[in-house]
Amino acid sequence: MTSLFGIPIQALMGQVILGLVNGSFYAILSLGLAVIFGMLNIINFAHGALFMMGAFVAWMGMEYLGISYWWSLLTAPLLVGLFGIAIERSLLQWLYKLDHLYGLLLTFGLALIIEGFFRHLYGVSGQPFSVPDEIAGGINLGFMFLPKYRLWVVVSSLTVCFLTWFVIEKTRLGAYLRAATENPKMTQAFGINVPVMVMLTYGFGVGLAGFAGVLAAPTGQLSPLMGSNLIITVFAVVVIGGMGSILGAIVTGVSLGVVEGLTKVFYPEASATVVFVIMAIVLMFRPSGLFGKEK
Amino acid sequence: MVNEYLRITDLHTFYGESHILHGLDLRVNRGECVTLLGRNGAGRTTTLRSIMGLTGKRTGSIMLNGREVIDMAPHHIARLGVGFCPEERAIYASLSCEENLLLPPRVGSGGMSLDEIYAMFPNLYERRHSQGTRLSGGEQQMLAMARILRTGARLLLLDEISEGLAPVIVQKLAQVIRDLKVKGYTILLVEQNFRFAAPLADRMYVVEHGQIAAEIHQHEINEKQHVLQDLLGV
Repeated sequence: MTSLFGIPIQALMGQVILGLVNGSFYAILSLGLAVIFGMLNIINFAHGALFMMGAFVAWMGMEYLGISYWWSLLTAPLLVGLFGIAIERSLLQWLYKLDHLYGLLLTFGLALIIEGFFRHLYGVSGQPFSVPDEIAGGINLGFMFLPKYRLWVVVSSLTVCFLTWFVIEKTRLGAYLRAATENPKMTQAFGINVPVMVMLTYGFGVGLAGFAGVLAAPTGQLSPLMGSNLIITVFAVVVIGGMGSILGAIVTGVSLGVVEGLTKVFYPEASATVVFVIMAIVLMFRPSGLFGKEK
Repeated sequence: MVNEYLRITDLHTFYGESHILHGLDLRVNRGECVTLLGRNGAGRTTTLRSIMGLTGKRTGSIMLNGREVIDMAPHHIARLGVGFCPEERAIYASLSCEENLLLPPRVGSGGMSLDEIYAMFPNLYERRHSQGTRLSGGEQQMLAMARILRTGARLLLLDEISEGLAPVIVQKLAQVIRDLKVKGYTILLVEQNFRFAAPLADRMYVVEHGQIAAEIHQHEINEKQHVLQDLLGV
């Protein structure tokens, strides 16, 4: 068997692919967090719980209504997005003028409630969710075996990330969004309905989390705790990337996933902490993150 | 009165605990250019921001083209055909010059086309792909003006547009305002620079302590010099 730096290439590539899969989730989730923070000034601690909710909505749709995985990719993010809009209208909209801390506390509470609800219904042991038949199995690349589903997760989430970047940076709607993020009052004085944009932004951001949840469901992590396991790392990713840039969030997310994967190969003891070590180092030299704008 | 475009009656405006405007009354007729003069802190900027709905609590009445707007949200007020050019210019750093220009949605018919705007401000055409805040101060001021001419707004609220600019650019802006008057725009201009405002204004109000302290018509400027001197020190 071929090897690289004394590590079998198959194990190495396997971890790189796993890292890319995790990195894709980091990218989508940190992207949503960055867009929401920019527009609402709220650190959305409920993001992980809404990610989990997306996975469970897909699972419940399949279990009780027979809705296929492919339809769930559309309906679950939509439902999570609508749920987000209800949260924004009923709770978050009263917090915009207050300190960040209030938004963080409220969304943290919401995360506990959502998580508690699903724990109450389904326990914490996890539910089976099989990979859809169309992309079951894998491809033999000669030097390794690549499960098709992992490839699908990476490709589809990067596509969604790219589309989001394109809409925000290159379209008229995105210009409204950037303007409203930078100077909401003045943007409203030009006749743009900023409160509705804020509402839709939150719906869209948490919809992205729901989408990532559906993608994650068949990777063997479907449990009410799957969000809280992930979200702490995602916050570290956001801190490393900085809040300022959409592309920055995507690039940081994917590369930290790969770094984490490689650490599992070369120094497994550090794989759980490597992201936080990087965070500490980045904070020392660039307090506003790699892609953040200094204020 | 048919001719009246904006009428403010007994306007009180607050920012948190501070009471800024104390029963301000003014009117602007259709097609008129009216200037608000006064010292810093007198309440001129607050008057414009009150019309746009960008301040804290407001009481009294602001009639715009026959409609009461005192309780309206800013985006609804803008949609009635009001364009606001704020003192700080509010050029977006995250948008290019042209994106800044194209940002405000149309709020009425008869706005200028992009070509007409570039003909009026050739500099903006040259800088159209630059980041908005990379423009010079004068270019940013022109951009802030041009931005509201595209939208079809008929009432322009202009705050200190000549401030801090080179004389040649100030002259250019004065010419723009004369052109806009010819085109029938209604303009409410807040100015510190009396020499800039005096030849342009059909009427002037002097604002003092959040109220109108004097009203001077164009033909009275010479005979009421002493009033201006007392109130403004010019």
